[in-house]
Parts: sequence; C-alpha cells; structure tokens
Amino acid sequence: MSAGMQFGFLDEYAKREIRRASLKAVAIPGYQVPYSSREMPMGRGFGTGGLQLTLSLIGPGEMLKVIDQGSDDSVNAVNLRAFIEMTCPGIETTTSTVEAELIQSRHRIPERPLREDQFLVLQVPYPDPLVIVESSEEKRKMLHGEADYSRLLVKLYEDIVKFNEITISHRYPTRIADHYVIDPSPIPRWDVPKLDQSPALVLLGAGREKKIYAVPPYTKAEPIAFEDVPFRVEDFYDQKGQRRACARCGCRNSFLDEYVDSTTGELVYRCSDSDWCDEQLLIGDAPEAAHG
Amino acid sequence: MGYVAIKGGGQAIEGSKAVFDYLRTRQGGDAQPLDTATIENQLRLLHSRVMSEGGVYHPRLASLAIKQAQGDSLEAAFALRAYRSTMPRLAETGALNSDGMRITRRISSAFKDIPGGQMLGATTDYHLRLMRMDLLDESPERFRAIAAEWFEGRDPDEVPDSFPKVLDALRAEGMLPALDPAKGGGEPFDITREPLIFPVPRSAALATMARGEQGGLLAIAYSSMRGYGDIHPTVAELRVGYLPVTLPHPVTGEPMEIGEVEITECEVVAMYEAHEGQDECEGEPMFTLGYGACFGHNEVKAISMAILDRGLQKGMRDGPSNPAEDPEFVLLHVDGIDSMGFCTHYKMPHYVTFQSDMDRLRATQKEYRKGDRT
Repeated sequence: MSAGMQFGFLDEYAKREIRRASLKAVAIPGYQVPYSSREMPMGRGFGTGGLQLTLSLIGPGEMLKVIDQGSDDSVNAVNLRAFIEMTCPGIETTTSTVEAELIQSRHRIPERPLREDQFLVLQVPYPDPLVIVESSEEKRKMLHGEADYSRLLVKLYEDIVKFNEITISHRYPTRIADHYVIDPSPIPRWDVPKLDQSPALVLLGAGREKKIYAVPPYTKAEPIAFEDVPFRVEDFYDQKGQRRACARCGCRNSFLDEYVDSTTGELVYRCSDSDWCDEQLLIGDAPEAAHG
Repeated sequence: MGYVAIKGGGQAIEGSKAVFDYLRTRQGGDAQPLDTATIENQLRLLHSRVMSEGGVYHPRLASLAIKQAQGDSLEAAFALRAYRSTMPRLAETGALNSDGMRITRRISSAFKDIPGGQMLGATTDYHLRLMRMDLLDESPERFRAIAAEWFEGRDPDEVPDSFPKVLDALRAEGMLPALDPAKGGGEPFDITREPLIFPVPRSAALATMARGEQGGLLAIAYSSMRGYGDIHPTVAELRVGYLPVTLPHPVTGEPMEIGEVEITECEVVAMYEAHEGQDECEGEPMFTLGYGACFGHNEVKAISMAILDRGLQKGMRDGPSNPAEDPEFVLLHVDGIDSMGFCTHYKMPHYVTFQSDMDRLRATQKEYRKGDRT
C-alpha cells in the first residue's frame, strides 16, 4: 500500500455514505439509491460502482472473489483484485465460489448457487431499465415511483410484432418484490432466475451513474414477460435438439462461451464460469441441471 | 488447443504497463526526464486544463499527472480526481468575491471604454497561426534571456492589481437588474458530496460545468451558438487572474488569506427579457446574464460555460427547447472522467453479453426465415 493511503482507498466519510446507501437499498428492494460516487483510480465503466461497494464493505480476514465474464483471470478481474488487495491489507482472496464470502462480478452470477453467508456485488453500467424508453432521468424517477412500466411492456410487445421474438439479450428488466423493475446489470438471461429468492444478498453498484440498489435475500425477482410469451434463457441446443456440452469439462447445464477453433474452423463451446468448469473436471461428471 | 481461454490477464497487464513506460523514454541518447516545473510553465495551458477538469487546484500534482499520462489531458485529469477521493475535507471557504482578483488579462467585447480599460494580456487570439520555425531549434541562452530581460524598464506599479467589474456599469445604467442578495446567499450545492438528482439548482449546474471537459462543453455550447438556441451572447467581461482564497482564522475567526488560485471568469450578457425579480424593476425588460468560471487559464471553457449557464437557466425555467438548454442533457454528458471512462470500457471483454446477443439474433433470424417461406 502506498504511503498515506488508508484501508479501502476511500476516505471514511465516503465509505460510510456507501454503507448507508446500501442499507437503504436493502430496505427498499430494487429502488435505485443515489449516492455521490467517488472517482476511483480505474475508468468509469470498469466496475467503479462495484468496487466502491466492495471497498466499503470488506474487512480484514474476509474472503474475496473477483470475476469478469465468469473468469477470475481476465484482465479486468485481475486488475480489480490486485487493487483491492493493495488497498485492503489483511483480506484473503480466492477463485473458489464455495470459499468466497464476498464476490464482485461483472456480467455473470456464478453457476454454483450462493449461500446465505455470501454476498454478491454486481458492477452496473446502466442502472435504469427505463432508459431504453425514456431518456430523462427526472421523468424515469416518476415512472418508477408509480411502478408504471407500461412503456417497457409496449417495447416487448413491439419486438414480438416486428421480430416474433423479444430482442433483449442481457440486462433483462426484472421486477423486484412486485414493485421496482431493475436492470440486473449485463448478466445474460441465463443468470436472471438466480436472483429470485436468492439466499445471498445481491448488491448492484453503478459508479458513473451514481446509484446503488439491491435484491435482498429471499426476495421475489421476476423477469417481465407476457403470459403467452414467457421469459426464456439463452438456448444452447444444437440443430438436433441436443444440449451442447463444455468442450473442457463436459458440463451440459452451464452458460457457454463459443469460440471458433483456429485449426478446424469449427465452433467450440466452453463454460463461461471458470471455477465451475474446474469443479466439474474434478467431479468428472456434471451434476443435476440448474436449468432444464 | 484451438480456442482461446481467458488466461494470463495479470501478466498481460504488467507487460502493458512496462511498454507504456518504455515509450516515455524511447527518445534515448541524452534525453532528460520532464520535470514538473517545466510542464507547469511551458505547457501552461494544458496544465490549466488538467487542473480545471480534475477539479483539484494542485499545480505540482497536475504536472505529475500530465507527465505520467504522457500528455493525455483526460487521463491526467482523471488521476487528479482519483487522488481527491482519498483526501478528507478539512475546511470549506465561503463564497469568494472575484472583484478582488489580481488580474493578468481582462477584456470586454460589449464596450470599447470600460472602467479601468481593456488589458489584452497573454492571448493567442491575434497571433498569426504560422509555424514558428525558430522554436524548432531554440537556443537555451536565448530562451533564458527572454525571462531575464522581461521586467527591464517596466514599472510593476504601472498596471493596477484589480479592476472594477464591467457588469457594475451596466447595473448602474439600469440595463441589468440590481444584485439580489437573497438569491446569492444560499449554500452552494456540493457535487463532490451529493449526486445530481434532477431538477438541480443552478449552483450544481455551475459546479458540474466548472470541472467539465472542455471539448464537451464547447461542442454543446457551439450547438447553441450556431442555431440550436437563441442566447445571443456578448462577452461583457472576460478576466484571467489570481483570486485570493480566504478561510476564517482558527482562533480569531477573522477571514485570512491562505493563498490564491488562478482562474478564468466570463460574464456574458444575453438576450433581454422581462425582469422576474421582486423589486421595483419587476416586468421591465433587462439583459440577462450567463456566468462561467474555471481553474487556470482557459478562455474557451469559461465562455462556453457562460453560454450554457444562460441556456440552462432558461431551460430550468421554461423547459428546454434545445439540447443546450436541457440540464440533464448538458450536465450528465460534459464530465470528461465519466465519458472517457465509459468510452474506454468498450474495449473490455464483452464475451458473455455478446454470446447473449448472438442467441437473440439467431432466434430472431430463425423466426424471420420461417416467415419468409410462408
């Protein structure tokens, strides 16, 4: 740690403000709590909102896992983890989802179900799901207050009219505790059902947009959809109707990244969650499916 | 292995840092590292810009930021801002009156004869933008001689330190409303401690623009100048100089000067309107004002800000009829740290979201092809 830098980088007033905003976020599930959001020494958009949450919440002796795109070793995860280790002496880090007490993630929720004694911090670029239908924040705040999400439903309806499909791929609008609709961060649709009744607290931090919100433990989280057009996760079935498997561990129930094999030119699939993939390799066979 | 796994991130980052630093030194030979005083003086205007956008008046660290960012003004301002996040707030100054500014340059485009006179000072405004080939191979002796000879035969007392404000003359003429002390007395909004929740007070708008990115402010102000708005501004006064900063004495409570900051300040007089103040002039047509101020010497920024301030006041009152009058549009898009950060983040891996995008596109294409056949 550089001379003069204190535990957690931020000054104590900033950390206190973030903790208070987090408490408010838990108390009002899905409500976007504004906070002042300090500038961090990494770019806005690189996870400064999640980082401020982690730095304000972590203490010595606690076990941290940082992932980006499901991987502990991607450049941004490495960068964030190194910074947190540098500014928070005495904390422990791990790549294991089972061992972690606090998990900071960008774009993924781990495949392994989280527990009550864990919490997940998600990095958020766009906190407001209404931004696709209303550009003024002042007006959006009113719509949220009145739980008026009709324009989002109209957007979904228009998608069906135009394409016969809902086109929202990630950042799928999700209604929390029957009131506020949140942007669950750019997690794939695959991860959205994990928010529902999650035993672990999920905190979402948007640094640039200066908002903190939460899905408290055991809270209803429901992706918006229509009775006759249900919400669907990403499809990993091949043309023959076979569920694709991870080329490394053989798992058939995880979110897959696809690659083009540079020698054969064929599409290859592999687990996006690297810790999950390692675990499946050790077990030798994929366990029961999380999703059908 | 045919496919590429996301591995080795840590090593890649270390290598990238090392090669970035190498490029700073690649001149080789007997190259000297830049010293911070050289940056502060010879890259004076870049230095001003970085302090202003960083929102911290720290000349030495601003120079260091420019040095380590290898001259990228956005990166340098960013480093200063992040430094500020680690600093507790120890004291707050009251509102400073810029009448007492030690002026190095002041002009008015409204009047030829302003009280105290025009003082052109250091500006490139009337330079011919011709390449000064003589600077390509400048002799250090000649360079030093300019500084050594500068004050020869000049009387330092010849130029007054401070000047009366041009606006005071307009107020005396009844073309501008009298100052309303009730309006200026409130606590200014602190953008470093509170998020912007719209609608925001004018002080929040001014503070946001004061550390806004020059190019961003200029682009939006220019849209107003060109035709997306009707501000019709005239620069009543533009001044550059050193503003004394005072704090209450810890024992006596008396205000005492603790130092000074270089600032640029601009007041534009704009299209007249019926005066809204609750005084004897209520309803009388009066010119309106726009105000801009920032750390350092940065005239384009101060003028752009003054024009936007005038536009935003109208937008806050009547609702925006142009982007430059919309507080959300202007204030949420002029911060260089926010915008460059988000622009840069697109370079990070987006494998998962793109996978999800492909899933939607394939499903939609399948639906489309089904429809095609029928």
